[in-house]
Formats: sequence, C-alpha cells, structure tokens
Amino acid sequence: MNEMTPTSAERAEKLQGMGCKRKRVEDIRFVQGKGNYVDDIKLPGMLYGDFTRSPHAHARVKKIDTTKAAAVPGVVAVITAETLKTVNLAWMPTLAGDVQMVLADGKVVFQNQEVAFVIAEDRYTAADAAELVEVEYEALPCNVDPLKAMAANAPVIREDVKDKKEGAHGPRKHYNHVFNWQAGDKAAADAAFAKADVTIKEMIVYPRVHPCPLETCQCVASFDKIKGELTLWGTFQAPHVIRTVGSLISKIPEHKIHVIAPDIGGGFGNKVGAYPGYICAIVASIVTGRPVKWVEDRIENLSTTAFARDFYMETEIAATKDGKVTGLRCYTVADHGAFDACANATKWPAGLFSIISGSYDIPAAHVSVDGVYTNKAPGGVAYRCSFRVTEAAYAIERAMDIMAQKLRMDPVEFRMKNLIRREQFPYTSAFGWVYDSGDYQTALNKAVETVGYKKLRAEQKKQQEAFKRGETRELMGIGVAFFTEIVGAGPSRNCDILGIAMFDSAEIRIHPTGTGICRLGTKSQGQGHETTYAQIIATELGLPADNIMVEEGNTDTAPYGLGTYGSRSIPVSGAATAMACRKIKAKAQMIAAYMLEVHDDDLEWDVDRFRVKGNPDRFKTMTELAWAAYHEVPPGMEPGLEAINYYDPPNFTFPFGAYICVLDVDVDTGSTKVRRFYALDDCGTRINPMIIEGQIHGGLTEAFGIAMGQEIHYDEDGNVTTASLMDYFLPTAVETPKWETDWTTTPSPHHPIGAKGVGESPNVGGVPCFSNAVNDAFGFLGSTNIPMPHDNWRTWTAAENLGLHK
Amino acid sequence: MAKSQVSMTVNGKKVEELVEPRMLLIHFLREQLHLTGPHIGCDTSHCGACTIDLDGKSVKSCTVFTVQANGADIRTIEGMAAADGTLHVLQEAFREMHGLQCGFCTPGMITRAYRLLQESKNPTEEEIRLGISGNLCRCTGYQNIVKAIQYAAAKISGVPFQEAAE
Repeated sequence: MNEMTPTSAERAEKLQGMGCKRKRVEDIRFVQGKGNYVDDIKLPGMLYGDFTRSPHAHARVKKIDTTKAAAVPGVVAVITAETLKTVNLAWMPTLAGDVQMVLADGKVVFQNQEVAFVIAEDRYTAADAAELVEVEYEALPCNVDPLKAMAANAPVIREDVKDKKEGAHGPRKHYNHVFNWQAGDKAAADAAFAKADVTIKEMIVYPRVHPCPLETCQCVASFDKIKGELTLWGTFQAPHVIRTVGSLISKIPEHKIHVIAPDIGGGFGNKVGAYPGYICAIVASIVTGRPVKWVEDRIENLSTTAFARDFYMETEIAATKDGKVTGLRCYTVADHGAFDACANATKWPAGLFSIISGSYDIPAAHVSVDGVYTNKAPGGVAYRCSFRVTEAAYAIERAMDIMAQKLRMDPVEFRMKNLIRREQFPYTSAFGWVYDSGDYQTALNKAVETVGYKKLRAEQKKQQEAFKRGETRELMGIGVAFFTEIVGAGPSRNCDILGIAMFDSAEIRIHPTGTGICRLGTKSQGQGHETTYAQIIATELGLPADNIMVEEGNTDTAPYGLGTYGSRSIPVSGAATAMACRKIKAKAQMIAAYMLEVHDDDLEWDVDRFRVKGNPDRFKTMTELAWAAYHEVPPGMEPGLEAINYYDPPNFTFPFGAYICVLDVDVDTGSTKVRRFYALDDCGTRINPMIIEGQIHGGLTEAFGIAMGQEIHYDEDGNVTTASLMDYFLPTAVETPKWETDWTTTPSPHHPIGAKGVGESPNVGGVPCFSNAVNDAFGFLGSTNIPMPHDNWRTWTAAENLGLHK
Repeated sequence: MAKSQVSMTVNGKKVEELVEPRMLLIHFLREQLHLTGPHIGCDTSHCGACTIDLDGKSVKSCTVFTVQANGADIRTIEGMAAADGTLHVLQEAFREMHGLQCGFCTPGMITRAYRLLQESKNPTEEEIRLGISGNLCRCTGYQNIVKAIQYAAAKISGVPFQEAAE
C-alpha cells in the first residue's frame, strides 16, 4: 500500500455511514420553502371541500336542508349521508373493528361531527356555503365522563350497536361498553397482594390530549372516470394502509388506487387513521369528476381527528416492607369517544398497555381494560408513542413514586432495587413480553451521578425546612423516571392491521455508476429518513450516503409497508434496509470473486470493497462491482444489482432511558420553573447522533406540553373547550426548558444493526418525569398524586388543598 | 364579489393582481402568487407558520387582508437566498445546527429570525427565545433553532460561533 492510499478509517469517514452526524439532505428544500406539502398541490380544475359540523355533542338529526348552500354561486355539490348511502359509504369501518359515520346518519354523537360536505370552486365559497346548510337537531342528553358511561341510566350513544352482545374484541357488558381486555395472571397477582407487607392504590388519570402537528390533516382526491383510477395525495403516516383500506371501503380495485404521501408537516400519530374528510373528498371527486382538496383547519384538527390517551388507570402495587415489588394490578377505563377508531394493531384493543410492568422485575401482574363509548370525538392514537405505551409508562412510574413515598424510600433507591438486572436479559415479563436487552442500573447510575442527585436531595431537604419555617414560598421538586418502551411493531405472530402482518420493507437498486435508490414502506414526517436510511446503506454497502436517494410515500413505487408510527421505522424498515443490502453485498462478492479469479471465501470486506485475504492490494470496490453487475457478471448469473426485503421482526425492540427533572414551584401562584432536565436514552446502535438528539429535544418538548398544560377538555354539555391554539397549550421557545441529553448503548441482539428506535422515548419517559417532579415537590406534605396537566391553576389548587395558603 | 386591484413588491418583484377584498394575504401569496414557503398552521394567529417580512416588520400573513398590503414591500423565505442560489446565512445555519425537522414551521421561523437579527445584531439566548415566541415548532424543542440563530448572528458579525456551555 503506498502512502497515497487512504486508510480504511479515512474511507469509512467519507461514506458518512452509521454513527456520524450527517447533515440532513431534506433540509435543502425545507429551508428554502420548497417542500411539497399537500396544500401545495394544485391540479387543473381542482375544487375545495368544507364541512358543516354539529354544534351538539348528542342530538337527533331531524332534517338537513342543503338548498341555500347549493344555491351559492361557485358551489358544485353538497354531500350528506343520504348521498353517501347511494355508494354505501355513509359509514366506514375503523381500524379497531368498529364502524364510524362518515357524515351524520340519523344523529350526531360528538361536537363538531361531520354533517355535510360542501364542494365549491374555492375555499372561501366552500366555507360560506357550509354555514348555509340548515340542520334541524333535537338535542339528547349527553355523557362525556367515561366513569359514568356504564351506569344504568347512561345515554345510549350508539344505537346501531346497542343490542349487540359481542363486539370486535369479545363480549360487551353494557350498551356503551366497547370491550374488556385482560393480560397477565389475575390469581397470581391477587395472591401477591394478599400476602404483601405494603400496598398502594391510586387512580392515575392520563387526560385526553391531541398530537397537534403544525400541519393539519389534508388530502387531494382525483378520480379518473375513464381509467377508473383514484389518485389520493394526503398527509398519511401509513400510505399503503390507506390504499388497502381505501380499496376495501370504496371497492375500487387496489391496483387502481395511487396513494401519495408527499412531505408531511409532523404527524405524531395524528396522521395514521382514515378520516371522514378523506372519504368525502374521494366521493366528491367521483361525483364531480374533478380533483377535490380537503384541508382541515386547526379547530377541526383538535376537535375531530385523533385524540390520544384518555385513560383512567386504577393502579396498585404490592411490595415487601424492605422495598421489593411483588405484585402489580391495574384496572383501566378507556374513553374511546363515540366510535372505536383507535389506531392499534387490530388484535390489541388496549395496544401494548401490558408493558405496564415497565423496567421492573415484578413476579406477578394483571391488567384489565374496559373501553367505553362517550360523546367525544373518536380516535385513540399513539401521540408519539407505541400503542398505549405512554399510558403504561405513566401509570407505573407514578405508582412507583407513590410506593416509594409510602415506604419512606428514595425513589432512585426504590427503583434500583427493582430494576431488571443486566444478567436477566433476555427477560420475560409477567405479561409474557421478552425484553431484548438492557443495562438499566448502569443507565440510572450514570444519570444520578451526572446530575449530582444526592446533593440535589440535600438541597431539597434544606428548602423544605426553610419552607416550613416560613422563609420561602418555593418548593423544589425532583422527578425521576425510568422507562422501557416496546416498539417496532411488529412481529407477525403479535401484530396485524386488518389482517395485514406488520412487517415493513426496503427495496434497493444500485445503478451502474455506483449510485442508487432505496424505497421503503415507511414515511417520514420530519424524522429525517432520507438522511438516516442512506447512512445504513453507506455502512452496509460501502457507497457514499450522498450517492443514495431515499424515497417513501408513493404506493406505486414503494414496496408494501405499514408506515411510520410507534418508533417502527428503524426497528422494522431499518432492518429491512440492512437485510436488502446484505443480499446485494452477497451478489457483489460473487462478482468480485469472479473478477479477481478467487473463491468467494478468499475475499474479505473492507469498508467499501472486497479484497483478497492476505493480499489487500487486490480488491474490487463496490462502485466497480456495481458497474460489473451490468457489464460482466459471472456466467449464469442474472445481471443487475438490486434487492428487496420484507422484514418480519422476530421480536419488538425495548429502548429505555433514565430521566431526571429538577423544578421549582411557587406555591402562591402555582407556577413552575424547570431548572434542569437530564435525559439519558439507550436506543441501541446510534445511526445519526445529531438526529437522535433532535428527536429527544422535540419529544421532551411535547412531553413538557402534555405534562404541564395540554388537555382536550369537554364541559358537561359536551362542548369541547380547548379546540384552538388559544386554549390548547403548545409550548413556545420561552416556556420550553433547556435539554441535557446523554446516552448509553445496548444494541438489540435480534436487530440486524442493533438499533431500537428512539423517536418516542422522550415523550414516553418525559411525561412521568415532569409529573413526578411536581408531585415530588409536594410529597413531603403528604400529597400522593396531583393529576396532570400541571398548569398553574391545578398546581395552585394542589397547594390550596394542602392548606398552604392559610 | 367585486375585486380590488393591488400592487406590491414580493421578493423584489413588482406584482399587480385583482383580489377579493376579504382574501387573506397568506392565501394570496400561496394561491395567486404560487409561493409554497409561508404555511398555514392555525386559524388564530398563534403558530407563525405564515410569517413574512412586510415593510421591515415580521407579520403573520394569515391576519392581514391582501388589500391592506397594497403598496407593501414583502419578503418571504423564497426571497432569502442570493440570486445565484447561495443560501442565506440563516438558511445555512438552520441546516448546520439541525434547527428543523418536518420543515413546516421553518420558512416562518427563518423569516422571523431574519427580522430579529435586523433588530438586534447579537441577541442573547433569552432575547432570541422571546423574539421567536410567536412561531411554534412541534418538532425541535427550539434548542437547535436558538443555536442556529446564534450561529447566524456570529457569522454575520464575523466572529467565531461558540456554543454556550450547558
């Protein structure tokens, strides 16, 4: 080797593969305003649709008169349930096995429900005319409290299923009951509680919130009558699922539906489901023969498409008096709104909620979840989490603190005593989940040492004493959370959506000049997929990341996949990408062996080339092999260099983390100030540390919003009172704390590159950490559980209830 | 509805158009002038995705009628880069510091940051956070946006950018 030859390390650096802070390729267009979002799409003759919505939460629809609306110049058509019935689309199936009204059929069951769809030449005319649709309502008694939904005299919300004894998930015990779902071993859990030294029981409520991405849900539908083909552009986190569901609902053959998800302005779970707006735009395009655009406004977004959480979790822990947890029980009432439109894997009506045993070695556990109907919007999406994992993490992390308090143990010491130990992995939980890998004690120790936890506790003690002496009106709270997620849905034995196994895919074509394209079944909404997938390929194939184009979102060109949510892109499609690369590499090795006239086994891989073992000057680079694949393949070998992989993961991945929050509470105003927030995440192999850090910053900010102020609130009459950014808290740069990030790396043993996924960890771990910090501030005064969101009013009320204002 | 004639300068180009008097400026820019930078994220002037620069002020274009902008000099994100395509230092800074993810708030955020740096050459972190508090971002948690603006400020002033200690 002469001195001009770059070393392996130098060549590896140039590839910009895994582990480097590669700048994002998508930014070039975004910083210039040249992204292509749905509302940027304009087609010749395009019309605009807008909804007339119900002012009532529950009412019979006596009459709908569209005459005045239809007479407005520029209005092309007005669609009601009666119109939709002619094409059998007045109702649509939900992902959760229920049905949902597309437009009000006989009655309305939540405020702002879709009643009529006006199609006009421009959006102003559509909005004007939507106001002129005359609807005669007869108000009915409503219920927005899930804990009263199964009362004997509760209003009947769903007359269509009132007498059905069986739902999609088994027997129903009340006309407002959706399902009961259980996991774990009830007898074992009950036995653990019977002989426990200490038990706690607390109703832990995770209120209804909304993902609220900055871009709302929207679509453009264009039906070509001559070809019988539908093209649908939309804000879809899962474009292929939309195509399949669209075909099943509309009866348009699936190959004649082209679904395209262009750039998406944030999703966070909001853009997984299928909404009435999509169906109405499609029908409107079929009816009018012209393309139809539907763009939701913010109020419509917050009040109708995809709420999250709304879980009422009565959580119990049993422990020995020296602090070993022996049992866990949780009985949950889940508010599903008026239709069960949860975006879960189909067989899991409460998602992966049985991850509720968290990061702890708990021998006996049982959960039971009852889903109920109320007069609230349907949805139930995972707001930046994997199917109800956030709810579970909140319940266990709150409950662990409450038990530590009862035992008079430090929450860190208590957790340390119960964390699953490194040598127990792979660990099978009481619910049967097999945790792939972890080193929890190392992570928690690192967190505790970095923040100087002992010193903080000493300072807090002094502050509490000063508070008692009346020298300060501030309290200091230290929140600790240790979370384990279950992401990467999922293995086909566990997960499907309407029968489609939750695999995902990657198709890679290497062109003759050594550049290539990778197409996937996932869809970025800001995660930076165009950057990170190329890094995996760069490392696997030894081609520069800059030479790989990543394309997602077009169902005609991308291989089938289930989309991006539940931190599944890297665990599933990332694995598919690596596996497809390995097929390509195996073929390239055979070509190299042929060219170098050696046996395959005499070659070894070196960053970007195959070289002859013991003779490193004889090599073929991947770029040379790409050319050869189209030029001089061995006799009998197919030319070309491409591969596809559909990856059915053998297991979920289990990212984890240790978070610590320090905040100060002013007991007279209820205001809180986050002094410090430290987040240590372990997502296995790290592909792009810059993007990981960005994901954590963003997720923590969402967690901050949820814990400290977000709530989709309904008054007793079913009016949604927090449906605009006037009332729904999105943190600005002023409130948002500064984030300190850290990591450990425990690769997943079953994932081809050891990566676990990271996007949702900060939301899952952040919410309990903030909440534990606020609760910790008041804990020494005897309070156990102050409910979220911890806005100034609630925090002031907590202080008031503790008699701190006397 | 009778239409009104408006003329204004948008990204250095003179435009003359007929508009309905009630047409919001954001719709005029997006629908009639075919710009794709300014976005619509709310109905209540909270999110700032539609922020443009109008006669030397940051303005939320969803809260202005087009006719009110008659005669105005407007700059949007599309007018930020140099004529030869060289990115504005803020555009470069946002990419360099990972100050964006989904990109939806980015045009408004950069346009606001541009005016902020006109108003104050070397703002403190607190001033930057207050200065962009009318622009919401759901992805980044703002930390890298703040860093990007600090980076751009340093570069404009010709001083080396130093990351503040945690």
